[in-house]
Amino acid sequence: MGRSNMQIGDLTGQAGEWLRGTGPMSDIVISSRIRLARNVMGYPFLSKTSRPERQALEHRVRDVILGSAVSPQTFYVDLESAPQVDRDLLVERHLISKPHAAGEGARGVAVGEHETISIMVNEEDHLRIQVLRSGLQLEEAWEQINQIDDKLEAKLDWAFHPRFGYMTACPTNVGTGIRVSVMLHLPALKLTGEIEKVFRAAKEMRLAVRGLYGEGTEATGDFYQISNQTTLGKSEEEIINDFKLLVIPKIIDYEHHARRTLLNDRTVALDDKVQRAVGVLRHARLMSSEETLTLLSHLRMGINLGRVKDVEIKTVNELFLMTQPAHLQKLMGRKMDGDVRRAARAEFIRKRLGGVA
Amino acid sequence: MKCDNCNKPATVHLTEIRQGKKIEKHLCEMCAAQSEGLPVKAHTPINELLTNFVMAHSGLAKEQQQGVACEHCGITWAEFRQSGLFGCAGDYAVFEKDLTPLLQRAHEGATHHTGKVPGRAGGTGVPRKRTVDLTKLRKELQRAIEAEDYEKAAKLRDAIREAEQV
Repeated sequence: MGRSNMQIGDLTGQAGEWLRGTGPMSDIVISSRIRLARNVMGYPFLSKTSRPERQALEHRVRDVILGSAVSPQTFYVDLESAPQVDRDLLVERHLISKPHAAGEGARGVAVGEHETISIMVNEEDHLRIQVLRSGLQLEEAWEQINQIDDKLEAKLDWAFHPRFGYMTACPTNVGTGIRVSVMLHLPALKLTGEIEKVFRAAKEMRLAVRGLYGEGTEATGDFYQISNQTTLGKSEEEIINDFKLLVIPKIIDYEHHARRTLLNDRTVALDDKVQRAVGVLRHARLMSSEETLTLLSHLRMGINLGRVKDVEIKTVNELFLMTQPAHLQKLMGRKMDGDVRRAARAEFIRKRLGGVA
Repeated sequence: MKCDNCNKPATVHLTEIRQGKKIEKHLCEMCAAQSEGLPVKAHTPINELLTNFVMAHSGLAKEQQQGVACEHCGITWAEFRQSGLFGCAGDYAVFEKDLTPLLQRAHEGATHHTGKVPGRAGGTGVPRKRTVDLTKLRKELQRAIEAEDYEKAAKLRDAIREAEQV
């Protein structure tokens, strides 16, 4: 689909709506995400579909999505034919999962409303509907995704059972099929070594803690995704309320406390950390993506604590995205590896942060 | 207290009423297992006991099910255990017995959906009556049990069963 590739190109130069760094609690909460897993009745789950079945399913679901006005400005990307750099770009923007990018066979993603909505077609389940919002906005996200689900359901029969709820390929998602994830930036808890406490508490509450790109990824740049694991026996609202009222406010309090401690008792050490990050980001000539994430994380904390005044949060959020491999290559318009890529990354950062040319 | 048979500490205390006469026995674990045929394992956690119980029961079913494959997608229980993924929606009903303990482990003991219900389901495209009240019924049932209103609880239980059959 030439049309979709053009649309992907349009995305590259700016961050998605959810990364603009606004919304409640945005000094700590990067984004709120809700995902619903749905399967269409009458088709086997994807591990058992034949090639033609898989194709027919993809076409049907795509037509329904594009025909039911789920969101304004929706476009569809055929991932079977999309080049790898485009698929990687969608992963970096959190619009598709890594397995969906690397998968095989007929599959795609519908993206709508400035990237706040994405619907993966033929991932592990027939549909994975996602709503992504800036800051802590779980209720708003639920309201929106619930409506999208209703709209799709008007044309598709979901595989549903009165006892089991929405039936999913993996029984760990059965019931509501909901996954609520909140992405948090917790640099102070990391620096004070208290992050382990958060992990332990989360584990006790049956929550998963993951890295920036979900399952199986490391926590880089002090970003942590906290998400529910229980999907059966609780209503969607109950799961969301647990997050909104119990879990997230507690972690935010911890992080604020740790930030205050750094600010009051370890001011010089804090400033050293922040200013070193600023120095390297504005002067370095070769930057790996991992080092970039770590330093941007320190810079972001410095801005939030008022230690750096001449850089905007929005700029830092954009840099987090634009310095990822696929974005960088897309922006530069060519494939790059090794030192060539690291040099291009360093230059891009220097320009954006007003450093030495 | 020492075991009636040997000198080990007695951990099993039996009170038997035989022809109106009370007989007390104090035995160690070994002697209890041998003479009374009691398979006693000290300090077995309650959840392990329950798991064993469930396993024993589903074990019977498993033998019968060993060769059982879903008639729609062809998947067997063994195949599911390997991949972690079902082949079709029908598998939930086909393997319900084996699946239940698994669901409980994964979902904090829950076995039933209590969330959103689609306005239509059944694959016929014909709109069906919403069954949202199941959620409400289960909550009411919980409340009735807590309030020890067993008459009401029984009625609610029947209503839930009926609704689930639909």
